Amino acid sequence: MQATTLEGGFGNAPLDSARAFRQIMTAVAQPGIINDVVGATPPAPLSVAAGVVLLTLCDPDTPVFLTPEFDTDDVRAWITFHTSAPLVDAAKASFAVGSWGDLPIADFAIGTSEYPDRSATLIVEVALLNPEGAELRGPGIKGKATLSLPDTAAFQENAALFPLGLDFVFTCQNRLAALPRTTKVNAIKVS
Amino acid sequence: MTDYNFAYLDEQTKRMIRRAILKGLAIPGYQVPFASREMPMPYGWGTGGVQVSAAVLTPDDTFKVIDQGADDTTNAVSIRRFFEKTAGVAVTEATVDASVIQTRHRIPEQELRSDQILVYQVPIPEPLRFLEPSEVETRKMHSLEEYGLMHVKLYEDISQHGAIATAYAYPVKVEGRYVMDPSPIPKFDNPKLNMAGIQLFGAGREQRIYAVPPYTDVVSLDFDDYPFEASKADHACDLCGAEDSYLDELIVDDAGGRMFMCSDTDYCAGRRKAGCIGAQGIPYQEDVA
Ligand SMILES: [Zn+2]
Repeated sequence: MQATTLEGGFGNAPLDSARAFRQIMTAVAQPGIINDVVGATPPAPLSVAAGVVLLTLCDPDTPVFLTPEFDTDDVRAWITFHTSAPLVDAAKASFAVGSWGDLPIADFAIGTSEYPDRSATLIVEVALLNPEGAELRGPGIKGKATLSLPDTAAFQENAALFPLGLDFVFTCQNRLAALPRTTKVNAIKVS
Repeated sequence: MTDYNFAYLDEQTKRMIRRAILKGLAIPGYQVPFASREMPMPYGWGTGGVQVSAAVLTPDDTFKVIDQGADDTTNAVSIRRFFEKTAGVAVTEATVDASVIQTRHRIPEQELRSDQILVYQVPIPEPLRFLEPSEVETRKMHSLEEYGLMHVKLYEDISQHGAIATAYAYPVKVEGRYVMDPSPIPKFDNPKLNMAGIQLFGAGREQRIYAVPPYTDVVSLDFDDYPFEASKADHACDLCGAEDSYLDELIVDDAGGRMFMCSDTDYCAGRRKAGCIGAQGIPYQEDVA
């Protein structure tokens, strides 16, 4: 085990995770808003924000899938040491981490008609996260919001599955935003 | 030193509840199962709401607890003290100053902001339970959007009583999909379910969490010929004169004398402080020891 594996977790897990959860929850409740998070310093290529989400929400009950880019010895060891979450194939995952193009969207659990909550949450690492881009409407949004998204059609197809579907958290350095399955996405013309 | 964890619950339990809250927000009105824990208070005191509050609170919060609108009942005081002690939160009775409000059976009169969180204590989360005792069946009914029986029940009310008799826990449809029990709030409060704040519902004994994000479409079930009405006693508050607040009726003397007063004690006190006086009210004075 490398020394770095032991580091980078929450300094005070109960308080750090409580504060981080508030940032994650308000992001999920209000799609389009971008929140800062602190407390984790995971090994590259994991962002601080992705590390915070994993530490806050994952444990032995939540299998995690990593795309090849993130499936490194350091990342695996860090997640295992700090969360004890099992690392699994996409189909079995409750959470997943990856860049947008690498995530096998069709393979993740979208829930069942009686248990739509039994669906995966994808942590999508993005290079840019800005309050401009696609137009968002739906629960949590007063009128409309805008957010830089790595895709449009995929999120429209996901929303059409409601109440089934995937939920997304976009992470960029120490910032995050969320896109639950309820959000209706429209591309707006880029000049 | 304390011998309990922050906000009492262990970290794994809080993570499990937090994940349920996020799925609840992603599927508004859908009841997410969770593994409820024993809390150091009886079920009737709202252990579901307490567990949700424990998973949501940070030490930076200002916490308010209301029981039927009042901050000073045994139940409200106990829960407030519990989190003051275990989570180190500041506490308040003022709705405007609270970042997290746990409630039993009311929505505050003061409109909530988008940075406020309302946590409901829920006794029976399943709105179809009185029609269908089987959990397997009600789950199937929700999955198929089979809500016809609920409409039949409400319509039977109309044919028997000339109006929909359901006065509390009046069912709503959330974002055009799930029929949800808003907990035993008076139907007067139903329109306030469309709000800027985050609404989280916790049922301890029944082990369910559900949620309504801000600005979500919440519609009280009704009929074209019998539209929903958010009724209240046709009276003004005798203490503060408010005509727009939900009222409790009190017998005040042996001769059967009655008095109506705001059920939301913070709202009533705020109005009286501002100089409003009802028919039986006296000008507001700060308590002096
Ligand atoms: Zn009053």
